[in-house]
Amino acid sequence: METILSSKTKTVIIGSDRPFTIIGERINPTGRKLLAQEMAAGDFSRVEKDALAQVEAGAHVLDVNAGIPLIDEPAVLAQTIQLVQSLVDLPICIDSSIIEALKQGLAVVEGKALVNSVTGENESMEAVFPLVKKYGAAVIGISNDEDGVSQDPDVRFAVAKKIVERVMDYGIAKEDVIIDPLIMPIGAVPQSGREFFKLLYRIQTELGVNTTGGASNISFGLPNRQGINAHFIAAAIANGMTSAITNPCEESVRMAIRAGDLLAGHDENCMTWIKANRKPGEGRRRRRTTE
Amino acid sequence: MSNELDDLYEGILDGDMGATPDNVQTALDAGLAPDVILNEGMISAMSEVGQLFEEGEYFVPEMLISARAMQAGLGVLKPHLVASGVDPLGTVVVGTVQGDMHDIGKNLVTMMLEGAGFEVIDLGVDVKPERFIEAIRENKPQVVAMSALLTTTMPKMGVTIDAMREAGVLETVKVMVGGAPVTAEFAEKIGANGYAPDASQAATLAKSFLA
Repeated sequence: METILSSKTKTVIIGSDRPFTIIGERINPTGRKLLAQEMAAGDFSRVEKDALAQVEAGAHVLDVNAGIPLIDEPAVLAQTIQLVQSLVDLPICIDSSIIEALKQGLAVVEGKALVNSVTGENESMEAVFPLVKKYGAAVIGISNDEDGVSQDPDVRFAVAKKIVERVMDYGIAKEDVIIDPLIMPIGAVPQSGREFFKLLYRIQTELGVNTTGGASNISFGLPNRQGINAHFIAAAIANGMTSAITNPCEESVRMAIRAGDLLAGHDENCMTWIKANRKPGEGRRRRRTTE
Repeated sequence: MSNELDDLYEGILDGDMGATPDNVQTALDAGLAPDVILNEGMISAMSEVGQLFEEGEYFVPEMLISARAMQAGLGVLKPHLVASGVDPLGTVVVGTVQGDMHDIGKNLVTMMLEGAGFEVIDLGVDVKPERFIEAIRENKPQVVAMSALLTTTMPKMGVTIDAMREAGVLETVKVMVGGAPVTAEFAEKIGANGYAPDASQAATLAKSFLA
């Protein structure tokens, strides 16, 4: 199972036999009051900074969201995507719950984008899949439907299955669906960690598609969220998760992903780990001395 | 200054298994002598790898890929070394002692010894004293290297040395020991000639026995 995304010149492959894919979450005004105010006022300086910082930190794909109340979200989303792609050469994850915004984003994006997202609701699938097909994109399928988000992992699996089956009716390859099995806050749903890992396993073995999710949801409402997030992500990689929407600018997240890749056998000769952990000033190399 | 040797050296330091055989061939095609290629292009590179490892700058995977690159290069060079009558630096018999199944450390030592230009006879793991003695009689090594990873199998090193003494072969070799629980003190106590704390220093120690 390989999901191929692209930008103007770069290709990113999400898959179970390769290093984990980081979808940078920062360009999202939800819960970021200042960013929301600035974007609404046409000031994109913070977006620029976030884009560059995430690329520097190792993001492979950038999520772009312009969900600000009372603005022309489709236009602002398209504008933000164009701005981001003029700065960085990475595939874009177009993030909106508004169909028109997804449409305008897809119309301007360069390369093969990831649409975030479709749900298992018929209305959602009927609106999003034709767009995904038309623009040759890939799509994140969230495992909730008309009945909302089930706390029963079997139901969430059934919804994921429905999405994967339905997508093929639209002539979209199964590889172009990435399932988000929904990460529930462990503070409120005590078994959500175990359930999520079980779901990951079922999705990869029974459905054969990639997985993603908002990794930091797991720690909502708890102290030391970074500590939970980092260990969760490493455990998720070990259980077969292939990508996450997360913040690569957090060193603890980056370290967890590198450790997860290392333990999953996706870091050839441990070189990524070694390079990230060499002490500063090291890396000297002496030349051959000729007598 | 030879570009061919520099490329070969750099390739081994980078652990470039793909390029190293080609680099050896290029050096041969340039008319460089096989022993010069071996010593100046390859052994010197592995010695630098060992040095970087001892300084904490290189890590085990880097040492491994460098050793693999060197071995790939040796595959091309060996027939030429044989044809031009170049002998190995010396022979080392290597093994993990009786009752001990650990082989990762022993394999690293083997790779570094080969990288230093030794011919290595690797007896594997769980090697009985008699098997060491047999191998000494067969291969006439200058050095015997024993490994043990457990405090419970460590005493077998002393037992093996005693058996070698009784068999009359101990005088013909230098014995070196190593492994996580082993210390220089212990080595001395059981009558070994030396102790090395890691694979790189094992190669250096073996070389020092030849002087």
